[in-house]
This record gives sequence, C-alpha cells and structure tokens, in this order.
Amino acid sequence: MNPLVIADRWFDSRLVIGTGGFRSLEAMATAIAASGAEMATVALRRVDPDARGSVLDVVRDAGCFVLPNTAGCFTARDAVTTARLAREALGTDWVKLEVIGDDRTLLPDPADLLEAAETLVADGFTVLPYTSDDPVLAARLEDAGCAAVMPLGSPIGSGMGIGNPYNLRLIVERAGVPVILDAGIGTASDATVAMELGCAGVLLASAISRAQDPAGMAQAMRLAVEAGRLAHAAGRIPRRLYAEASTPLAGVPELS
Amino acid sequence: MSHGPRHPSYDVAVVGGGVVGLACAWRARQRGFATVVVERERAGAGASGVAAGMLAPVTEADFGEQALLGLNLAGLERWPAFAAELSELSGLATGLRHSGALVVGADRDDAEELRRLADLQSALGLDARWLSGRECRRLEPGLSPRVPGGIEASREGHVDPAATVEALRAAFLAAGGELLEGVGVEEIELDAAGSRVAALALGNGQRVDVEQVVGAAGAWSGSLEGLPSGAVPPVRPVNGQILSLRAADGRAPLTKRLVRTPRCYVVTRDDGRVVVGATTEERGFDVGVTAEGVFRLLEAAREVLPDVDELDFVAARAGLRPGTPDNAPVVGRTEIDGLLWATGHGRNGVLLAPITAEAIAACLSGEDAAEAVLPFAPDRFARARPSVATAAALGER
Repeated sequence: MNPLVIADRWFDSRLVIGTGGFRSLEAMATAIAASGAEMATVALRRVDPDARGSVLDVVRDAGCFVLPNTAGCFTARDAVTTARLAREALGTDWVKLEVIGDDRTLLPDPADLLEAAETLVADGFTVLPYTSDDPVLAARLEDAGCAAVMPLGSPIGSGMGIGNPYNLRLIVERAGVPVILDAGIGTASDATVAMELGCAGVLLASAISRAQDPAGMAQAMRLAVEAGRLAHAAGRIPRRLYAEASTPLAGVPELS
Repeated sequence: MSHGPRHPSYDVAVVGGGVVGLACAWRARQRGFATVVVERERAGAGASGVAAGMLAPVTEADFGEQALLGLNLAGLERWPAFAAELSELSGLATGLRHSGALVVGADRDDAEELRRLADLQSALGLDARWLSGRECRRLEPGLSPRVPGGIEASREGHVDPAATVEALRAAFLAAGGELLEGVGVEEIELDAAGSRVAALALGNGQRVDVEQVVGAAGAWSGSLEGLPSGAVPPVRPVNGQILSLRAADGRAPLTKRLVRTPRCYVVTRDDGRVVVGATTEERGFDVGVTAEGVFRLLEAAREVLPDVDELDFVAARAGLRPGTPDNAPVVGRTEIDGLLWATGHGRNGVLLAPITAEAIAACLSGEDAAEAVLPFAPDRFARARPSVATAAALGER
C-alpha cells in the first residue's frame, strides 16, 4: 500500500490513534502495538512533558510520532498558546488543532478554528485541523495552508459513525491535501466506510480505549482501515436494482 | 521538630508515613520487629491526607482488571476486623461506615454506559443490582429527578482517612514503634555486593542500620535514591483534586450512601462534612488546584445532587496518587534482600492498606503473602513487557 504522506512525513499506517480514555498505560501500550499506528495524538494541556513514565513515554516507547493536540481549547487564542507551548516542550511544529465551540457536543468552532489555523500556519506550524464535515470550511482550511483536514464523522466519543457520508465525499473529492476522518468512529465498519469514501486515514481514540478489549478492537481497526483502503483502490461495483448472475448462462451445456 | 532516631539500628524501616506505610509498620511492630517509620513531612501528609476513603471495589470494577478486582474485594473483607482491632488498641475511631454505594447516571448516555458496567458486574457475580431512577430516588431522596437509573452495591462504604492515620499512629506508637516526622530519606544503602539492604541515609545527616526496608513512599516511591533502576517500581504521580464541603447545622445529610457518577463521587460523613472527588490528571508532581478542576467536580456533583448548591464550600485540595502502568499496586519482596515495596495503590490505598500490611508483615517474617496479593509482586514489571509480547503475537502480517 502507498504510504500516507502529510507535509514532509510519511506513514505506512493510515490509522492515527488518540491517547484519551484508556483504563491504564499498559492497556494503551498494548493497544497501540496492536493497532500498528505510527502516529498518536496527545493532549499537551494535560501532560507534563518531563514526567517519567507518562503518556508521552508510552507513545514514544511504542515508536509513534507524537502529534500534540489542543484538546479542551475553546478560543483561537487558547489554542494558539497551547500549540506554542507544545512546540517548545516537544520540539515539534506539528499540531492537531482543536477549537471546541460547544461543551455538550464538542463540535468545532468554525470561525475561531479558521483564525487559529491561519495564525499557526503563519507561525510555521504544520497544522492538522479537527473540523466539522462542512465542505466549504474544509476548503477554506486547506486554502489557509493546513497540511491535512480532519473532518468529524460524528461528535467526539459518540461512536455514532459517519453521520453525513455525502458531505465527507464532497470534502474528499475537492481536497488537495490528505483528508483524515477524526471522531465518531464506533466500530470497525465505520473506519472501513471512511476509507472506502476515499479518506487518506482515520483518527480514533474512544472506539479502542473504551472497548471491552482495547487491544482486540485496535487490531480490528487496523484491519478495517486496510480493508477500506484496498476496497477504495480496487473499485466497487455499481449498485443495481435487480440481480445479475455471476455465473453466465451462455454456453452452459444442456444435459437433459 | 525533626529529632533523630533513638537507636542506631532497626529490624524494619518503613519509608513513608501514609495509611499504607503506617499500617505496614504497625503490623510489623506487632510481630516483634523493632520498627521505625521515616516520614518526610508529617504522617498522612501525602495522598492519605487528601483521599476520600472509599471502600468501593465493586463499583470500581472495569473490563480487563479481574485480578485487581479480586485483590480489591479481598481488601474490603479485611476492613471490619482491621478497624475493630485498630480502634480497640488506639482508642480512636476510623469512621468506617458500611453505607452501601449507588452509582447513578445524569442522563441517558450515562445510563447506557452504566448498564454495560452492570452487565460486567453481574457476569462477574458481584453484589450489585440495577435500579430504575425512581428506585434510586427512594434510596437517596436528594437525587435529581432526571437520574435515569443506577447500580446499587450494598456492601461498599467508606472510612475517614485522616482519622485512620491518627488511629494508626497511636496504635503504632503504643506498640513501641518509632515515628520520625520531618525527616526524609536521602538514600537506601546496599551492601558492597549490592544484593542486600544495609542502611538508610537520612536527610538530617544521620544514618541507621536496617535489616529490612519497606518502600511506602506513595507517588515518590519511584524517586528513592540508592537503588539500581531495575529495583525501583514504575510509579508515577497521578494528580487528583478533591473538594470539602459542609452542610449547615440542622440540614439533612446530603446522601446516606456513597454516591458516584461516571464523573465524580460524593461521600457524606456523620458530622455533615461532604467530600466530592476526584479528578484524574497526569501533571507530574504539580499539586496546584485549578479552576477547571473545581468547576468540573461541582458541576458533576450538582447535576445528580442539586442540593450541593446549599453546602458551604470549605476547601479544594490536590494530592498525588501513586500510579502504575497496570493500575495495580506493588506489594512484596524484591530481588534485593531486605527490600520490600508497598506502593502503587493508585485510587485504592485506603481500601488496600489492611491487606497490604498483612502481606508485608508476612513477607518480613519470611512467610508467603495471601494468594490475592501474589499477582502484584514487584518483579512483574521486570518480566517480559506485555506490550512487546502482544505486539509479537499480533505481528503475523
């Protein structure tokens, strides 16, 4: 399979894993290994980068690229500040940009998201914004210089899958940067659908971390992403109303 | 106040004077060991001084942690006899209450989440039952009418950790133990071969010879000096913020039971004090109280118990739980002769203090710990790392 290329980095795995919600660090380490993910996102606001044996250590020990995120930020100003602190603490200019607009649904704030993206791109960051599934906003974020766009399937942690596949398809068809589905995945088939729709990758956390068996679900997600990618590349057959026998009738010998 | 040790040598030194350390020291002293507790600040100053004292193994149960559940259940069983003996010998109460616990949701999403836990609890044969919202409110009239349902675990309860620390201190001293407060441990010294414990170098410049050392320094256990890195357990600080509230005189208690939701727990003590806990944050050794932490806890408590609004706000505090990679404690002997650990208890230090102390006393005497404790020996982290083993098992493609 082709690698996933974002800015100047490439990844063999198209599954990006979030580190929130795991019952223990050991469960997280086991799940990351089973997922095959090569990039993991960490909420820097909640982590002390110098603490021994922390979430960051687990992610690094697993060989993952650390993608700091701005989870929990409600304004462009807060997100920009958090991104800069993360750059200083981790020495990376990559950031998964989240600007939350509503406490209950955790949906993104479109206006401040775009503003924060513009500010961070101008500041030299490689910006991967978590966005709603609005095709126009996705295009504006790309135009602003984001290295990828990350539309939601449904609200964070809801496990409701892909609510609007039509919008997602519009985003994918228009995008010149990788589209990574971020948020809403509940089970393996959701991840497959995202990849079949042409997404370049899938980011998920709760679906694995809160599963009864996180490592088992991590392996399922790894296979689901691969299956969806292969199916997308192989080209599905058109849907038809009536059956079409796969075994042709022409040339069948008459034995009566 | 930091006067030094009375003797040049001891059979047993316990590093850390929290609930776990003091319980271990008390049990060691009861077995006749000359025992000293070395506490950097004052007894109970760490996580014990902040903990709510929940005894709640059933409502803590989660997927994939069955061995830990077994230990927690065994820990709960030890408490009644432990508290009775402790109160008799110290003349002080521990505040032990078998109040029962009720885990409720605030909305339909919570109820779905709790039903999944209820199914797990019933599959594990635990003493827990699902109640409708109406049934929950019959048990706890202060619950919001919007509570859609919950889980009752009738055998759970709580103790008062601060009272327990005082009782343990009194019992330990009455048994002839020695407590050094305001004295840190600079280094655990090993013999020339590095194979057994020899002495403790204390922060006040003194040095005491010791036969055995019990590391019970909570979140700081990973920072003890003098040991090879393989002998130090992977303990990290996990910050928890907790609120103290109080009902005005004459008002009915906020709750009769321990009440929990997916986001907080509420303990009402006999004297009207109410504890609302606790956040779980990875912030290193930072123990600052944050506006967000206080807000989230109050929000979580009042969404199911609206009368929280009527309480007096007394204090918000933060403490550091000793966390481990598998959320389970580190209890028992190590490869270094005379070095034992009693740490890494995470959220369950108070619950597990009696069974930990019993296990440590057995190990100090050369006996085996109880079966429930055996899976939590310190050497489990030195064995093949599970992440690597699982990666190999899954790496076939």
